[in-house]
Amino acid sequence: MASFRELSDAVAELVHDGDTIALEGFTHLIPFAAGHEIIRQQRRNLTLIRMTPDLLYDQMIGCGCARKLVFSWGGNPGVGSLHRFRDAVENAWPHPIEIEEHSHAAMANAYAAGAAGMPCAFFRGYQGVDLPSVNPNIRFVACPFTGETLACVPAHRPDVAIIHAQKADREGNVLIEGIVGVQKEAVLAAKRSLVTVEEIVDDLELRSPNAVVLPSWVITAIALAPGGARPSYAHGYYSRDNSFYVAWDEIAKDRARFEAWMKQNVLDRVPVHA
Amino acid sequence: MNYNSTEMMTVAAARALRNDDICFVGIGLPSAACNLARLTHAPGVTLIYESGTIATKPTVLPLSIGDGELCETALTTVSVPEMFRYWLQGGRITVGFLGGAQVDRFGNLNSTVIGPYAKPKVRLPGAGGATEIASSCGRIFIVMQHNPRAFVAKLDFITSLGHGPTGRERKQLGIQTAGPMLLVTDLCVMKPDADGNEFIVASLHPGVTREQIRQNTGWEVRFADDLRETVEPTAGELEVLRDLHARTAAAHQRSVA
Repeated sequence: MASFRELSDAVAELVHDGDTIALEGFTHLIPFAAGHEIIRQQRRNLTLIRMTPDLLYDQMIGCGCARKLVFSWGGNPGVGSLHRFRDAVENAWPHPIEIEEHSHAAMANAYAAGAAGMPCAFFRGYQGVDLPSVNPNIRFVACPFTGETLACVPAHRPDVAIIHAQKADREGNVLIEGIVGVQKEAVLAAKRSLVTVEEIVDDLELRSPNAVVLPSWVITAIALAPGGARPSYAHGYYSRDNSFYVAWDEIAKDRARFEAWMKQNVLDRVPVHA
Repeated sequence: MNYNSTEMMTVAAARALRNDDICFVGIGLPSAACNLARLTHAPGVTLIYESGTIATKPTVLPLSIGDGELCETALTTVSVPEMFRYWLQGGRITVGFLGGAQVDRFGNLNSTVIGPYAKPKVRLPGAGGATEIASSCGRIFIVMQHNPRAFVAKLDFITSLGHGPTGRERKQLGIQTAGPMLLVTDLCVMKPDADGNEFIVASLHPGVTREQIRQNTGWEVRFADDLRETVEPTAGELEVLRDLHARTAAAHQRSVA
């Protein structure tokens, strides 16, 4: 059964230096509040897995949390570069970062394989391109039935998966709606999981028997974090702050300006206990 | 009616879509072109974004691939693993729209790095969905700004396979889909020649010269024997496109909830 915790307590207990962690949410429901708590607690040497690192991993990389990044698209969606990510890769600032780079198809398959308890994922992809020559975790196998060459990548099995969702009921069952991304797969693939939610309710009021629900017994901890996906969004609660994504470009371009922004908006900000 | 070269490019790309196409849409120029097609000559076109939204009909262009607008106006929204496994890999998509930082004469694309991978001069965002979009969609349309930094003789990195480094690798690898069949720029429309899969200029946008194309292309560019002039945007097409951009700009300015 999931236990209800304060966000700071949940992060302190679940996320350790050196862990491999996945904070997922495909543009939607990105767990910013939880990521900011990891930054405040100054976790180090993390391997960060995420399909689209987005502003959150840009911030975590710039604050020195990451030893390694496993990803498939490292841009600011619709805007341009992630400058902290680029500065780490191009100039080793604030320290060198190792990268393991994939395509979206590979990352999605790797999460699904992790959720399914498989050691690796097979799919049709990576033919005739250069990523396999720079990533030894991309290999090829022959289908035992047809002989077709298939791409193969290791399953994602993070120590901790962290996601943000709309709501949990009082037993700790969680509902996710809208663009559901790879969040279900990430939680099921991980050894431990933390779900932050907009609200805790008596009844999830499921409108369909096929709603995406994570049962309480696959979740380690739940923390109430209203607005916890901002500047990403929560379908049904608030919309994506596209203007902040645009503004981030200027903030993140300059190291000093980035550090000042992080200090003022994350490091010096004591989280409001729910 | 006056128009700029980006509008010409968007209109030319939109016209290539058919009413019965099932289209995998990228953000930026492809998204504008696909929605212009849907709002003009191809109201039945099915637009799919990699965030999992199927048959979406956004009233404003999304800034990101996963804006709420896409989900709210979609027929249905599936998970990202399902999108890539069942819908893309499963062969359900007829057209994929791609761009990139670099393209070569055979429609291979780079969106990963400029310079060596281990010590890049410019670290670009990377593949995203493009690698498997390029191999799994029935055919590929490429939309890019035409300049010598983008149209290069040799890519720094192959992120997405076009017809391969010599134009023949795609078939040799046993890939069943057609690959890049159209390359629309702000200067011209290019199509692969039947023999070698090399992109050659099929039509020049109004006012553009052969010399301009040569100056902006990093390889010995060839022109079709029956080189034409691209039909300029109609007043109707421009009106719909400008309305779309105006709605989009207004929506993104007030996006703070």
